[in-house]
Amino acid sequence: MARIDIVDLCKRFGNIEVISNVNLSFEEGEFIVLVGPSGCGKSTLLRMIAGLESITKGDIIMNDQRVNDLPPRDRNIAMVFQSYALYPHMNVERNMGFSMEIKRTPPDTRRQHVDKAAAILGLGSLMERLPKALSGGQRQRVAMGRAIVRDPSAFLFDEPLSNLDAALRVEMRLEIARLHQRLGSTMVYVTHDQVEALTLADRIVVLDHGVVQQVGTPMELYESPANRFVARFIGSPTMNLIEVAMEDQQLTMKSTHSAIPLPALVGAESATQLGIRPEHLEPMPAGKGHVQGEVEVVERLGSDSFVYVQVPGAGRLLSRCNGNTRLQAGEAVGLSLDPAHLHLFDEKGQALR
Amino acid sequence: MRTVLTIGRNLAVLGYVLFALFPLYWLLKIAVTPDRLIYTEGTALWPTTFTFDNFRTVIFYSDFMVFFSNSVIVSLCSAALATLIAAAAGYSFSRFRFRGKSIIVVLMLVTQMFPLLMIITPIYKIVATLGLLNTLTSLIVVYTAFNIPFATFLMQSFFDGIPKDLDEAAMMDGCTRLQALRKVILPLTLPGLAATLGFVFTAAWSELLFALMLINSNDSMTFPVGLLTFVSKFSVDWGQMMAAGVLALLPSCLFFVFIQRYLVQGLTAGAVKG
Repeated sequence: MARIDIVDLCKRFGNIEVISNVNLSFEEGEFIVLVGPSGCGKSTLLRMIAGLESITKGDIIMNDQRVNDLPPRDRNIAMVFQSYALYPHMNVERNMGFSMEIKRTPPDTRRQHVDKAAAILGLGSLMERLPKALSGGQRQRVAMGRAIVRDPSAFLFDEPLSNLDAALRVEMRLEIARLHQRLGSTMVYVTHDQVEALTLADRIVVLDHGVVQQVGTPMELYESPANRFVARFIGSPTMNLIEVAMEDQQLTMKSTHSAIPLPALVGAESATQLGIRPEHLEPMPAGKGHVQGEVEVVERLGSDSFVYVQVPGAGRLLSRCNGNTRLQAGEAVGLSLDPAHLHLFDEKGQALR
Repeated sequence: MRTVLTIGRNLAVLGYVLFALFPLYWLLKIAVTPDRLIYTEGTALWPTTFTFDNFRTVIFYSDFMVFFSNSVIVSLCSAALATLIAAAAGYSFSRFRFRGKSIIVVLMLVTQMFPLLMIITPIYKIVATLGLLNTLTSLIVVYTAFNIPFATFLMQSFFDGIPKDLDEAAMMDGCTRLQALRKVILPLTLPGLAATLGFVFTAAWSELLFALMLINSNDSMTFPVGLLTFVSKFSVDWGQMMAAGVLALLPSCLFFVFIQRYLVQGLTAGAVKG
C-alpha cells in the first residue's frame, strides 16, 4: 500500500501547460477518482504518477520517497489501460503472469499468483485463450488480473470502462468497487464520467484545464461545490443556473428584475448566479412557489420525471420530481426553491457560503 | 447481378495471372526444350520431346553454382543487415521524438529520388579506392545502403500499427524499454520483419547494374551477371540460359514459402479494442 503525495506538480508540452501547480495527497488504501472533461489533464497526471510521462516541475512522493526519476518498473505500481493493452501474442495466463516472468519468478509461484487472481475475477476457464478470442468485458478482467498479480502498492486506472457497453460498465464498476474492498490498496482512477466518480470514489479530485478545482468526498462535492464548474460537472442532470442580482436587499432575477422571495442568504450581496439542483426545485400549482413558468416538456423515467419549465427571465429550468406527476406540457406552474440547497456564485464563478 | 460481377472479377484476375505467369512458363518451356527443337518448333506451347540436359550442363559444366552461391551470400547478408538497421531506425521513428528527426527523414527520401545510373560512377570510385572491387562485400554494403531508406519506412509503418500502450504496459509490468521491445513489440512485428527481409532479398537477388559495374571476375559474379556469360559473341545459348533462370527462381520461391506465414496480417488483433 502506498501513500502518494503530489507537490507543486507542473507539466508542459512545448508552451502548453497541461498540469499547473497541482498539490494532492492520497492516503494509504484510498480510492481516488480524478475527474474532468476531456483535455483537462487527468490522464497526464495519472501517467506522471505511473512514470510514463516526465515531470516538468514539482515532485511525486510515494511513501516518503521521491520517485520523479524512477522508471515505471521501479515504482511498484500497476496500471489498467483504457485500451486494455493486452499482449496479443500471449494467452491469458501468460498475459497475467508476464510481470513475474520478467522478474524470473519460478513457474510454480507464478502459476499460484495467476490462479489466485483468476479466481477473484472468474477467469479460470479462459486461461488458454488469446486476447483476440475474448469479449470486451473479459479483456477488461484480464487487464485487471494482470494488475492484481503484481500485488502492487497502488493501482492506476485510466478510463478502464469507457470502451464497454452500458450494462457491462455498471457490472465492471461494481467489480472494481469490490476489488478495492477486498484488496484495500491505494487506487487512482481516471474518468470523465461523473457517475463513475461519485459511485467509486472515497475522494474525488475535479480537474479543469490542468488546475485542481476541488477535492472532496462525493457528497461534499455534490452538496457544496467550490465553484460553478464543479457544480455543473458533478450531478446529473446538471444544476440549474439563474442570473441574479441584489436589488433593494432582495435577490432578483437579472433580466426581469422580478424578486425571488427568499430569506436572506449569506454572501448574497456579490452573487451573480444562483444555482439549484433539479431535485430541489419543486413544482407547485400556478401562482404558488418562488418563480412562475410554463411546462415545456415532461420526461417520464418511471422512478422520476424530469419537468422542463420555461421561466420568463430565467430561461429553462429543470425540476426532478415524482415519477407519477400529473403535469402536462403547456400547463402553467409555480416552482418552489428549497432555501437549504441554494448555491450562490460570484462573478468569477466561485461559490459564496 | 452479383454473380455477373463475381464472374467478371474472377475473369479479370485470371487474365492478370495468365499475363504475369506466362513469361515464367515460357522460361520453363525453353529450359526443357532440346536445343535442336528451339527454332524448328517455333511457338508451340510444349515441345514434342523434352530434356533435362540444359539443367545438367548448367549445374555440372558451368560456373553457375559459383554465381548461385555468391548471390545467396550477397542477398542474405544484405537482407539481414538492412532489416536489422531498418527495424532499429523504424522503431525510433515510430516511438521517439528527437532533434533532427525530420531532417533524417528528408535525407532518406532524397536518396530515393535519383536514378541509380547517376551515382554509379562515384560509387565505383569509392569502392575502388577502398580496394573492394571484385568483392562480395562491396555489393553487400551497396545493397544494404540503398535498401535501408525504403525498408525503414516500411518498418516504421509496421511499428506505428502496434499501439504504444503495449510498450507502456510492458514497462509498467517491469520491463526496460529494450525488454519491452524484445518480448512484446518484436514478436508482433514478425510480419513486418518478414516483409522487409523478403523485399530486400529479392531486390538484391535480381540487381544487375551494380553487380555488373563492381564485379568482373567470374569468382565473385552474382547470378544476374553470370546469366550474361551465356551470351557469347556469336550465339546465345537459350536453353542453358533459361535453365539457369529457372534455377535462379527457386531460392526466391523458397524464401517466400518460408516467410509467408509471417506475412499474414492480424497478429495484433485483440491487443486493444479495435
